[in-house]
Amino acid sequence: MTDASGPSAGPDPTAARAEGLWKVYGAGDTQVVALNDVSVEFGRSRYTAIMGPSGSGKSTLMHCMAALDSATSGRVYVGDTELTSLGDNELTRLRRDKIGFIFQAYNLVPTLTARENITLPIDIAGRKADAEWFDTVVSTVGLGDRLDHKPSELSGGQQQRVACARALVSRPDIVFADEPTGNLDSHSGAEVLGFLRRSVREFGQTIVMVTHDPNAASYSDRVLFLVDGRIVDEMAEPTAERVLERMKGFDPVSRVS
Amino acid sequence: MLRATLKSLAARKLRLGLSAFAIVLGVAFVVGSFVFTDTLDETFERIFADSNSDVIVRPVVGEGDQFQFTGGDARTLPAAMVDDLAGVEGVDRADGVVSNQSVFVIGSEGRLVGGTGAPGVATNWTDAPAEDGSVPLQVVDGREPRSAGEVVLEAKTADRAEYEVGDQVTLVMPGDPPQLRARLVGITDFGNGNSLAGATLTLFDTQTAQVLLLDGEDVFNSIGVTAADDTDVAELRDRIVSTLPDGVEALTGAELAEENEDAIQQALGFFNTFLLIFAAIALFVGIFLILNTFSILVAQRTQEMALFRALGAGRGQVTRSVLVEAVAVGLVGSTLGLLLGMGVAQLLKLAFALFGLDLGGAGLVLQPRTVLIAYAVGIVVTLVAAYVPARRAARVPPVAAMRDDVVFPHTSLRVRRVLGTVLTVAGAVSLGVGLFTEVGRAGTFVGAGVATVFVGVALLAPVVGPPIVRVIAGWFPRAFGTVGLLARENAQRNPRRTAATASALMIGLALVAAMSVIGQSTNRSIDRALDDGLKAQFVVSNAVGQPFSPALADRIAGLDGVAEVARIRYNAAQADGENVFLAAFDPAAYAQAAEFEISSGSDGLPSDGVLVSEDYARDQAVGVGDTVEIALPAATREMEVGGIFASTQLLFADLVVGLDTLESGGIRPADSTVYVVTERGADPAEVRSDIEEAADELPMVAVKDQEAFKAEQRSQVNQLLYLVYALLGLAIIIAILGIVNTLALSVLERTREIGLLRAVGLSRPQLRRMVQLESVAIAVLGAVLGIGLGLLFGIALQRSQADSGLEVLAVPWVQLIIFVILAAVVGILAALWPAARAARLDVLRAITTE
Repeated sequence: MTDASGPSAGPDPTAARAEGLWKVYGAGDTQVVALNDVSVEFGRSRYTAIMGPSGSGKSTLMHCMAALDSATSGRVYVGDTELTSLGDNELTRLRRDKIGFIFQAYNLVPTLTARENITLPIDIAGRKADAEWFDTVVSTVGLGDRLDHKPSELSGGQQQRVACARALVSRPDIVFADEPTGNLDSHSGAEVLGFLRRSVREFGQTIVMVTHDPNAASYSDRVLFLVDGRIVDEMAEPTAERVLERMKGFDPVSRVS
Repeated sequence: MLRATLKSLAARKLRLGLSAFAIVLGVAFVVGSFVFTDTLDETFERIFADSNSDVIVRPVVGEGDQFQFTGGDARTLPAAMVDDLAGVEGVDRADGVVSNQSVFVIGSEGRLVGGTGAPGVATNWTDAPAEDGSVPLQVVDGREPRSAGEVVLEAKTADRAEYEVGDQVTLVMPGDPPQLRARLVGITDFGNGNSLAGATLTLFDTQTAQVLLLDGEDVFNSIGVTAADDTDVAELRDRIVSTLPDGVEALTGAELAEENEDAIQQALGFFNTFLLIFAAIALFVGIFLILNTFSILVAQRTQEMALFRALGAGRGQVTRSVLVEAVAVGLVGSTLGLLLGMGVAQLLKLAFALFGLDLGGAGLVLQPRTVLIAYAVGIVVTLVAAYVPARRAARVPPVAAMRDDVVFPHTSLRVRRVLGTVLTVAGAVSLGVGLFTEVGRAGTFVGAGVATVFVGVALLAPVVGPPIVRVIAGWFPRAFGTVGLLARENAQRNPRRTAATASALMIGLALVAAMSVIGQSTNRSIDRALDDGLKAQFVVSNAVGQPFSPALADRIAGLDGVAEVARIRYNAAQADGENVFLAAFDPAAYAQAAEFEISSGSDGLPSDGVLVSEDYARDQAVGVGDTVEIALPAATREMEVGGIFASTQLLFADLVVGLDTLESGGIRPADSTVYVVTERGADPAEVRSDIEEAADELPMVAVKDQEAFKAEQRSQVNQLLYLVYALLGLAIIIAILGIVNTLALSVLERTREIGLLRAVGLSRPQLRRMVQLESVAIAVLGAVLGIGLGLLFGIALQRSQADSGLEVLAVPWVQLIIFVILAAVVGILAALWPAARAARLDVLRAITTE
């Protein structure tokens, strides 16, 4: 557990992968297939964006990968751990120790200070935060003087930076970000995205981000395109323009807003 | 708007169910009290209604003569009067009646039947018809009694005593000898299925009854007159009255029944009031629960309200929609409460049957008035509780509909602080006036004062609560790490909600704590009074104060090693027109047995003299040499105050007269308590076994040494205390429901946050622990506030009664600490369900919920 950090964990170049993932809601006439035989690998120390129109299954894929939801069939691996066979306690521990989360609506605990929110997963585990690493993360997200403020005293951008710091401070194998800039103005959004990219470049963090914003996707190393529960394409070294072009191809009416 | 309201109501079944439950419990208790007392009423009504003769002739019964604690009315009518009455025009027949309330049956197992306060009725057998023409008692087995040594028992009595026709029956008699053995020759039963409500009934033939109960003289206690056919009963009564000598009266059966009912109703009225006080407490606590629930519901529906406002609903409409919801909840709650109340009444009936008051097969009586009260109470209480949140709901700005993070427009705490302080002070003043000044309706002042203080402190609770919670929950983070930190912060994040929830518990616990202070103080005061005041080595009495044959004291006086015997008799009487409790004893003998301090005048008690307590002298402004008019059944006399004595816990009366005063007043001699002082050097064990032997024939009395007597007194106080605790338990159950409710609603409100915590690795047990700790903090806050208030109430109450015998202030610290610990346990229990719900939340759904 102590060396759950970054590439030194082993030669395996994938941080997480899925094999033949199906997710089906309902039955009969009302059946909805959210994931249709998806197989995918997320490279270690890579910044991957998942894109797709609304209802394409991108959030479902992320939830299944992040041990928040269970697939109907197929296998999910985080590191060497296969998720589908785990019980709630093991999944909880896995989320706590190996996975970091960043949500669209910040999702901070309102009663705790920024500092307490950042160390929450470590505190829940009953461990001590690595002080040096904590300082590094905090100074990287630029929260230095606001650490003792409650979330209600922080701006949206600041709150999302706290959420980012929380996701990184326990050195998870992989960080999942669900529309991290969805609630932010463009300036704050750019800051957060820049910070996520730096954490991949400088700290070797693995990040998977769901977004429908081509601009946000352009910060990643690789973009996966999901339509109707299938991965239909991917793009390396994306730019906002190329992503937007590609998206238009999937849907006669662009959902990008 | 109405449709929208009702729809949203249906969508919140669970939350509303919880708040309705408070109403259900409160209403159930009110309904239970009314139904039970109505049922009691009817039972007694039926006993009295059918069994009287057309006209009853008896010695004049005055006000205050109806409850006799000693041997009962000793006045009689000569047998000649029976013949005279039989000769009056329109009289079919006249029958002399011998009656006594102190003949008890000892069961075949040697145990006293009944004897827990219900009378042991004995009368002479007669086949005289009652008003309706039927003979009330029918022989169902064997035959009627015909001679000395024969006895007949009523069926239930025989059943309880496990006797059959032909058995030798043992009876405890009021006279000498105190025990009688007779052969059971028959069993009778009421033709109409009546029950005696726990009393026993023994029948002798007329002559035997006169020998046993009226010193063998040919006299009667009363005479039953049966009217000839076609005779108007009222006219007959008037005709009879004109033939009667002074001091004798005639009344119709219906009038007698009414008189008896009134007397019973008075006795039961107290009981009803007692139950209703607890129902009121339950409802009062229920108001807090409902208020809190509606507040939270409204807060959670802010966006919905704002949407209504944005769509054009006026403030009034929003307010009304919340109030409509309240009426619906009140209706449902009242209906369920009504049903549950019938169950409560049935339970009370069973409990009373267990203690010997059998109400027979009488069904529960549900009067329309009870139904009306149930709905009125349920709906009004809910409306009152919902009004404040409804007003607040209307203040939601329409723009809130568009925003994600609505902060409810809270009024500042300043209004609360001012109002809370004013109410607390006003309540305290009212309490003080009720307790410490001579004011009419002191009970109302005390009750209103306590209720006002509760409201005041509840208003102040959001101000004074947080610092207390900080102390209570301060160690959570150290003991439970992050989970503790989260719990501590949760307990503090909404001071109003925490305070309102804790306030409900506060009320119940304040009353419990005050009662425990009073109980402990009473016990210590009794202990001290007995330590200081009781000189007798032995006390002969029974726990419920039932009088017994004076022959016992005579026998004890003759025993070796006995220096002095002091007998005490208690009786109701009227003094200067007011009902009082009268003690009768020989002051010289009494002073040997117990501390009896005369503060002015002398302890000499001539036959026309009376001693009064310092309390009475002060309250009635009488002094030595003044006279008090004392009315007893046979005589009303001016008695001169010969001396004033210091009030003591040992004496339950404010007026003391001589034994002969009671007898000449027409009261049959029977002792309530006998004190025995042993001779110096006598062996206590030997004397005791001699006394026990002498008392062997009277199984209802017990011989107690000082320690045992103290224990008996204490256990009586404690029994009453436990009864009160049990009734207050209802208020505490409602308060616990309040905690459950608040937590459940908080959990719902924090769904997203809980989802986040689970997502970042909080395990289910950790989550449960978090909710439980928050609950413990709320419960302990309620306990601390409640016990603090209760201490103040208890101490104030004790101080106010310090001069009336409650002189020792004793605070049961250990018990109070146990209450706090129990509150913490209650917190854990209350959190079980909300915590389980929180833990069951689907992580994914919790996060993505909007």
